[in-house]
Amino acid sequence: MSGMVEKRGISYWLTHVGLSSGVLVLFFPLWLAFVASTVTNQEVIHPPMPLWPGDQFFVNYGRALIEGDSGQTSASVARMLLNTVTVAIGIAVGKIVISFTSAFAIVYFRFPARKFFFWLIFLTLMLPVEVRILPTYEVVASFGMLNTYSGLIFPLIASATATFLFRQFFMTVPDEIVEAARIDGARPMRFFIDILIPISRTNIAALFLIMFIYGWNQFLWPLLMTTDPSMNTIIMGVEQMIGGQDDVTPWPVVMAASMMAMLPPIIVVVSMQKLFIRGLTDSDK
Amino acid sequence: MEKRVYFKGWFLPALLITPQLLITAIFFFYPAGTAIWWSLFNPDPFGLSTKFVGFANFDFLFSDPYYKESFYTTAIFSSLVTLFSMGIALYLAVLADRLIKGAGIYQTLLIWPYAVAPAIAGILWMFLFDTRTGLISWYLGLLGYDWNHLLNHNEAMGLVVAVSTWSRVSYNFLFFLAGLQAIPSTIIEAAAIDGARFWRRFWTIVFPLLSPTTFFLVVMNVVYAFFDTFGVIHTITKGGPGQSTTILVYKVYSDGFVGLDLGSSAAQSVILLIIVGFLTILQFKFVEKRVHY
Repeated sequence: MSGMVEKRGISYWLTHVGLSSGVLVLFFPLWLAFVASTVTNQEVIHPPMPLWPGDQFFVNYGRALIEGDSGQTSASVARMLLNTVTVAIGIAVGKIVISFTSAFAIVYFRFPARKFFFWLIFLTLMLPVEVRILPTYEVVASFGMLNTYSGLIFPLIASATATFLFRQFFMTVPDEIVEAARIDGARPMRFFIDILIPISRTNIAALFLIMFIYGWNQFLWPLLMTTDPSMNTIIMGVEQMIGGQDDVTPWPVVMAASMMAMLPPIIVVVSMQKLFIRGLTDSDK
Repeated sequence: MEKRVYFKGWFLPALLITPQLLITAIFFFYPAGTAIWWSLFNPDPFGLSTKFVGFANFDFLFSDPYYKESFYTTAIFSSLVTLFSMGIALYLAVLADRLIKGAGIYQTLLIWPYAVAPAIAGILWMFLFDTRTGLISWYLGLLGYDWNHLLNHNEAMGLVVAVSTWSRVSYNFLFFLAGLQAIPSTIIEAAAIDGARFWRRFWTIVFPLLSPTTFFLVVMNVVYAFFDTFGVIHTITKGGPGQSTTILVYKVYSDGFVGLDLGSSAAQSVILLIIVGFLTILQFKFVEKRVHY
């Protein structure tokens, strides 16, 4: 569909008004979170809170980064960011490596029970970690992996979305390329390294982005897994900083922590928009 | 589909497939199997004794008014989230698609909430609706409306639906915009020449052509509302007040980890498993269809 049909006129301006109001509604809570992260707690808890940033930016962000909520329930934001980056990269890299190699095996080889393995992996497309959360917790606990990076990473890469995606992409790679490689005497791993990885690099990059965001934004699993505050990830850590109903929540510090929890994935998505959208619409996830 | 050309041997492919098989066996099939197994037992939380109870856990669930209520809550919640997030996204996508210039800028300004974790979205909005200090609840108070989502069931439901919608519009917008841009402009122009006005063109031509995207998004949004909204509910209402925002996945969590009723929680997982399985099959039927277009 194209815009060519419509002429400039009232409808042109109404289009901009409609879109801008959508943008404003989306930005509204982000702006107020930013404002709240730059003022004192007194200004926040005596409503109405200000609508324009104050001068406490460095105080609040510094406190969040170094102290967190002063060690009551959560670690410092710096520590949580380190954990989150580690887990998000671990999930993205881990998932890509195991999926890429298994998709290669399934598409480019004939071996006994190949179909069976394929369906086994395919079955995992169906179940988010939330559904099998209690037994998964037991498994991880029995391996002594509670409060470890591997405990945070492995259960989240145990699904086949990426395998499926790579398989679909490999099916579109012309057979002539394999044929030529074989005539040149290339062994499977030569073909894998010299040809398959280079032609898949856009898909790999797009998938990396999607999985990085997915890993960064995990909430329930780290919430259950990390009883030791020093292993908290940022998303669940920020939630832990909010006190119970009768506690006084240090809102400016919590909002500074929220900003730091949101900005890295937002920057990644916005700056690599094209790749990201491609990955999203390809993987349908 | 099969490749005509392939490599020989079985050792190398077995080696290549092993990491994924091991990880899925240990962290997927074993736990999923355990959930099914547990659902037939009545284990006590300390693992001291387990009694086989057959389908008693399921029988109990289906006669449990709280579980029925949770089903009902989930149905309302996921329908509202799907309807609103898709409706708003479609509206914005249609507007953006009308622009010759500037659609890209709006796209950038509209997609970023996708990167915000639902739990953080929950925190941002919960802050604005906080019953004592929230900006919005304060202004509502000025207007004479006493907002309290910690006591009022409808306000609680309204708030979690609104926040879940807020964090989902971006995703739907991207797919709708891509779908709209894939419609050949010649079709639209032909209809315009025949004298069809914008909204008539939209309902008779554009919307039907978008139906594969729409159907795909319905499935994806229902799955989102079933599972990914856990963070929104946990930060804003914790399933309350009463049980009014306890959707199925939240009940699995609260019965299992808070209530330590493993048998019931496992049986609930199995029911969810069947629902998601059904949705996945639906989606794959659809994906196969889309290939033929």
